[in-house]
Amino acid sequence: MTTEDKTMKSEIGNSAVLRLPESSAVDLDLNELEFGSGETMIVNMGPQHPSTHGVLRVMMELEGETVLRCKPVIGYLHTGMEKTGEELTYTQGATNVTRMDYLSPLANELVYSLAVEDLLNVQIPQRATWIRMLMCELNRMSSHLMWLATNGMDLGATTMMIFGFRERELILAFFEKTTGLRMNHNYIRPGGVAADLPDGWEEDVEAIYQTVLFRLDEYDEFFTGQPIFRKRVEGVGTLSAETAVELSVTGPLLRASGVPWDLRKTMPYLAYDEVDFDVIVGTVGDNFDRYAVRMNEIRESAKIVKQIIEKMPKGDYRTQDAKVTPPPRARIDQSMEALIHHFKLFTEGIIVPEGETYVAVESPRGELGCYMVSDGTGHPLRMHIRAPSFVNLQSLPPLLRGSLVADAVATISSVDPVMGEVDR
Amino acid sequence: MTSQNSSDTQLLYGQPMRIYANGSKVVFVTTQNYHELVSSLFNDGYNFASDLCAVDYLTNIQRSLPAELTPERFEVVLNLLSHGRKERIRVRALVNESNPSIPTVMDIYPGVENMEREAFDMYGIVFEGHPDLSRILMPEGWEGHPLRKDYAVGRVPVQFKETPQPR
Repeated sequence: MTTEDKTMKSEIGNSAVLRLPESSAVDLDLNELEFGSGETMIVNMGPQHPSTHGVLRVMMELEGETVLRCKPVIGYLHTGMEKTGEELTYTQGATNVTRMDYLSPLANELVYSLAVEDLLNVQIPQRATWIRMLMCELNRMSSHLMWLATNGMDLGATTMMIFGFRERELILAFFEKTTGLRMNHNYIRPGGVAADLPDGWEEDVEAIYQTVLFRLDEYDEFFTGQPIFRKRVEGVGTLSAETAVELSVTGPLLRASGVPWDLRKTMPYLAYDEVDFDVIVGTVGDNFDRYAVRMNEIRESAKIVKQIIEKMPKGDYRTQDAKVTPPPRARIDQSMEALIHHFKLFTEGIIVPEGETYVAVESPRGELGCYMVSDGTGHPLRMHIRAPSFVNLQSLPPLLRGSLVADAVATISSVDPVMGEVDR
Repeated sequence: MTSQNSSDTQLLYGQPMRIYANGSKVVFVTTQNYHELVSSLFNDGYNFASDLCAVDYLTNIQRSLPAELTPERFEVVLNLLSHGRKERIRVRALVNESNPSIPTVMDIYPGVENMEREAFDMYGIVFEGHPDLSRILMPEGWEGHPLRKDYAVGRVPVQFKETPQPR
């Protein structure tokens, strides 16, 4: 590495990030701390603030109304899910991870199940793969719609809040019909999915994507061409492609900066190499690009969903491997062995051979990874989730640097942090 | 025994490397050679740090490792990604229990800042040269490192006001 690279990187790391202990901003005697010229002040935004999407606290160093440096302070929603994951069996684990990113629970379950299946070396049926893909794409649509809603709210467009929730409700209703729950489904499990799709799912899904596509055109009229909205978001919070890659940023943030990196396309998992879709890429990486990327990703997801309806294979929705799947209910009544098998599977959990693996999928927020270490028992030795929001939040200091406090709300929103996933 | 426990290893920049049956490449390294190896991998085209986390092998210290390395309690696991070659590589660095410290790789990948802070918070592994190594998820002033295997899962007794008292 050359010396030039080093100086450039240290600037990203040091000039935008406010490196102060978390307690210093609440000290009343600020004069004792030295912040350069003395004309700046430290202001806390959050943790209780409607636009922080949960409990995010941002310590901002202000000069007048301009943000100089800032530091996101997290951990207010920490529930120790990685520790809990070590205590639970592989069967119970999916219930735990689904609560991390509560706006895209199916992506969490997917990455967890893929990691367990990779360690087990179990092949899942084609239909299960396609059902997983269908559900994850619908989830991506609902998550981005939710983002459009809250982003509109943060910009003062309360109509968008209602609209986004209205369309998301369609998708959640389908989830309820399929999985039994609107959120935190525990639907995708190691070995397949919990249940087959309900009868007539094709019509339901078709109604969803057609409604959403129609309404997206309405949003375009409503927002994309509207001068007030454009002035609010254009050129605000720019992130260059180099900075984004250096800060390990993934997802719509990275693509808005102009890096065509989407794991569904570049390193396909499930059956994404058998469907046709485009990777949406921005150019300057400002708030408008991030809006446009997410907006068009909903359209691409609709395109994928349409192809899934046509190509959905027939067959089993979960593997019949006895190591993973319990025997059917009818056999438990007849066979003692089946009963014992069922009991062992749910008390001891699936026995996973010793090994370690890292699996990554493209969640609506970016690369969602799972690093899992097994010691050959029914519990993971380590279950680490690489949470995209947690890593993407590091881009906040360079995004906010030099912008106005009024734009900070819009910029934080455009990063789309889900605090349940950040703190886990 | 899965193929992950195989004894055949290759060398990558002088460090033992295994290729698993599923195609993942894993390099094993000591803390002394860690920074040098990561910097070589960066120059080799691994331009993106996906993930960094720590693992506590207290209960499974005799895991399968290349013969030239002595097992240690902790491991720092760095997952790197090459955008150009669309390929991942994993670095597993063995960290000593009595002196849990390892050089930071923030000078190569600034994006690991939060992840190194999390590993410090949860396992007490010190990343030398990190500009702001403080607790990130736990409150400042918390004692202990929660994800260590010898840190028990705590339980807070909950008492509901409405519960009728035993007579």
